[in-house]
Amino acid sequence: MSSVDFTWLIGGPQGSGVESGANIFSKVCAEMGYQVFGKREFYSNIKGEHSYFTVRIANKKIHSNVNDVTLMTSFDAETIFRHYDEVMSGGGIIYDSDLEDTKTDSVRTLDAPFKERLHKELESKNKPFTITGVLDIAKENGVKLFPVSFKSILEALSEETENPRLKGLVRMFNVIGVSLSLGLVKMPPDTLQKTIGSIFSRKPEVAKINQQTANYSYNYATAKFEIFNHALLRTEKEPETLLVQGFHGTALGKIACGCRFQPYYPITPASDESVFLETNELLDVIDERPGSVAVIQTEDEICAMGMTIGGALTGTRSSTCTSGPGFALMTEMLGWAGMNEVPVVITNYQRSGPSTGLPTRHGQDDLLFSVHAGHGDFPKIVYASGEIEESFYDTGNCFNYADVFQVPVIHLMDKFHASSVITCKRFDPHKISVNRGKLLEKVDDDYRRFEFTDDGISPRSRLGMDNGIFWNTGDESDETGHITEDPILRVKMMDKRMSRLDLILKSIPKVEQAISFGVEEYSIISWGSTIGPVLDAIDLLKKEGISIGLVQLKLLHPFPSEYVSSLLKDATTIIDIEANHSGQMGKLFKQNVGRDIDYFILKYSGRAMTCTEVYDSLKKIVQKKADKREVLMHGA
Amino acid sequence: MALKLADYKTDVHNDWCPGCGDFGIVNAIQMALAEMGIQRDKAAMFSGIGCSGKTSHYINTYGVHTLHGRVLTFAQGAKIANPDLTVVAVGGDGDGLGIGAGHFVAAGRRNVDMTYIIFDNGVYGLTKGQASPTLKLGEKTKSLPSPNTNSNVNPIGLAIASGFTFVARGYSYDVRHLKDLIVQAVQHKGLSFLDVLQPCPTYNDLNTRDWYAGTDLVDEAQKRHSRIYKLEDQEFEPVVHYNSEVEVNEKLSQALIKSLEWGNKIPTGVFYKNSLVSPYTERLKDKIPNYLENPPAKQNISKNGRSNTDISKILDSLEV
Repeated sequence: MSSVDFTWLIGGPQGSGVESGANIFSKVCAEMGYQVFGKREFYSNIKGEHSYFTVRIANKKIHSNVNDVTLMTSFDAETIFRHYDEVMSGGGIIYDSDLEDTKTDSVRTLDAPFKERLHKELESKNKPFTITGVLDIAKENGVKLFPVSFKSILEALSEETENPRLKGLVRMFNVIGVSLSLGLVKMPPDTLQKTIGSIFSRKPEVAKINQQTANYSYNYATAKFEIFNHALLRTEKEPETLLVQGFHGTALGKIACGCRFQPYYPITPASDESVFLETNELLDVIDERPGSVAVIQTEDEICAMGMTIGGALTGTRSSTCTSGPGFALMTEMLGWAGMNEVPVVITNYQRSGPSTGLPTRHGQDDLLFSVHAGHGDFPKIVYASGEIEESFYDTGNCFNYADVFQVPVIHLMDKFHASSVITCKRFDPHKISVNRGKLLEKVDDDYRRFEFTDDGISPRSRLGMDNGIFWNTGDESDETGHITEDPILRVKMMDKRMSRLDLILKSIPKVEQAISFGVEEYSIISWGSTIGPVLDAIDLLKKEGISIGLVQLKLLHPFPSEYVSSLLKDATTIIDIEANHSGQMGKLFKQNVGRDIDYFILKYSGRAMTCTEVYDSLKKIVQKKADKREVLMHGA
Repeated sequence: MALKLADYKTDVHNDWCPGCGDFGIVNAIQMALAEMGIQRDKAAMFSGIGCSGKTSHYINTYGVHTLHGRVLTFAQGAKIANPDLTVVAVGGDGDGLGIGAGHFVAAGRRNVDMTYIIFDNGVYGLTKGQASPTLKLGEKTKSLPSPNTNSNVNPIGLAIASGFTFVARGYSYDVRHLKDLIVQAVQHKGLSFLDVLQPCPTYNDLNTRDWYAGTDLVDEAQKRHSRIYKLEDQEFEPVVHYNSEVEVNEKLSQALIKSLEWGNKIPTGVFYKNSLVSPYTERLKDKIPNYLENPPAKQNISKNGRSNTDISKILDSLEV
């Protein structure tokens, strides 16, 4: 079978079923053996504003989205106005023909800056400010149009099934859109039926009506639509493939590695993880009575962090999950945890800052903040996962780091992870090791929680343990944990705590610190979810005979300066790629490695990078046509 | 082995000012622990910041000296993760009713089975005597440049409104009575709150030991009387006996009315007690049936250094 690389876009008002439509489409494609990379974009809004989902499918491993849309399906005008120009020549737009006369001004959710740009474009092409106007441009660009009245489909179906209720059921528009798309690309219909059945398995009546609608729309597309150049036939399915969303990696990692306590405060895009944990709070444990994870919704992030520390003091693997604004509130307590050598894991699903920023949009904004979070000097670990599959295993590692080094660990994830839906290899919990470090099972006499030891790490008791009494304080303390202001003891204690930064660098395996994908004359450094588009862009360039190296940084604090420096010694041009304004990792790199960044490729529009735009910028760099600071802009 | 009062004391030097009301409270806590015979390593004292924050260092149980305003968050986390612990949290009125007021209210809604004691002296002592949330509007203690411009919080009223299920007030110079209240508070199944009036001899020159003793009050018979009186001596009935709206509302209302008394007559003792509200741990049991037998802190999470959690069912549901 020839290579397939197909991108489907569905859009509509928030609350109209865009997400469930995309889920059906993604699941069908995954069932048919395709690799899926889907991404959801949405406003900070409950109902009405524009949301859309781009699903890229291919019959090879993919790590990101591309710019070009192969097929768009739209049941509202706004989706067409906003995305008509993303559809590639030879691609198609399925749209509701009842919308053809809709004017831009009648779509209330089109914001002024966007409308101004659109009007300018329409004016320049001498087109009316209507759906017909933008579709004319699409047609001139070589896009094939597939008009169909969604209302008439419902009416015809209502008659056929003798179900008058169906006639006005506009919430079926998403299923119509999906089914028309699948019919158009000739995807075998049985998987669609099966998928809808499984998604609505708890509501057989709803499943039935959706299946009827799907069936009718699918047949409509095969019978009435003109020929489309793209077909998606069944392909070889990789065994043990999961279809997961971003939060599944860290949530399942937490369950598997023994996290049993997660207090949290709701915040986008982090809450999904906690809600998933609570939904799955009862756990099967091998050869043991059932376990559980207690998920507690607190009154704020401060309480979430306080409770997490309280839980950790009892010896429970404890964590919280938040985003930038919430993490900002936790920082005083982060210092307390550092001072008292408490192992906690804070999963930070970053979003666009500063302040409330773009609350539902992407950004790798919190790296430098995480590295410097909290007043005073104390040891902590900042760790970043690249892809979702990796985040499952990394989560287990983060808990081990916390326990072994008795430090707080900040695990950086982000919104791009959180709202991506992808296929990946089934997670293997057997690969998760559990290392609790110097956590005691039993305490001898004369126990001192902060005893000076050769490696700077003291045996750890837990609240409630026989003979294990200790004291904690945010003040400087002596070995028992009582307050001291003695200058000599102060220096010894500071040295003891801070000495583990070196220990961390010495002990964590190199492959967990940074990953080299090969180093070339031109080499990229990158981190977090941005790795996905970078990997795909490198692949595209390789096909043109251009080799570019990549080092993915995972342990970001303490910074593995020597290791990273040695990895990149043969690179002459260093390109930093990340999703923030100032090139935060580039700064960290320069500070620690002492080398300048030659080029930055940055994106801070709130939308994740596509591999297309990364490819374009890299190519400009290689051709020496690039600015030192390339700023990416793709995405509505 | 039976424990004696001395067993609950540490040898940490106590650096509170001479005559500080805090001494009475820490003594009463130690006496209460000894009377209940609570094993030292099964109890955890949590404290906030300021003079009262040092309390946990003076008591020979697990002691966690936390951050300003946040003591309840740490304490609740520990109790939920390990419900077998006896948890007592302490802090000043600035700590609990100023910066920590949000946690105070939220804790009331949760009703975690533990005790919270506020050392209530009307001033921020360790920062040299600024006005705290319980100081009345217009009052001027000696280190304030001008009279207090804020109204005061009513700690008992706030506790009642927030859902604390045991609400009482003690006086730090009546140590035996305070000890009895602490025993009742700890034994109460749910979140108990104790507002302890505690003169700060250094910075609060209004609500002094003499003032509480009523040395400035002289009745017709030329006999002074203490401002402090005990609710139990007045046949005040604070207990909710049956779970009806009428009963609960009546007990809540009378407690709230009592909490407004101040000036020449200041009530101490139990204002409100309702054992019919489910503690948070019970609520968790409704979701997690074996929560109390196998709470987070007791779970075995690995076997031979490997994960022992079976996530195959969840993975199956995600497999395509």
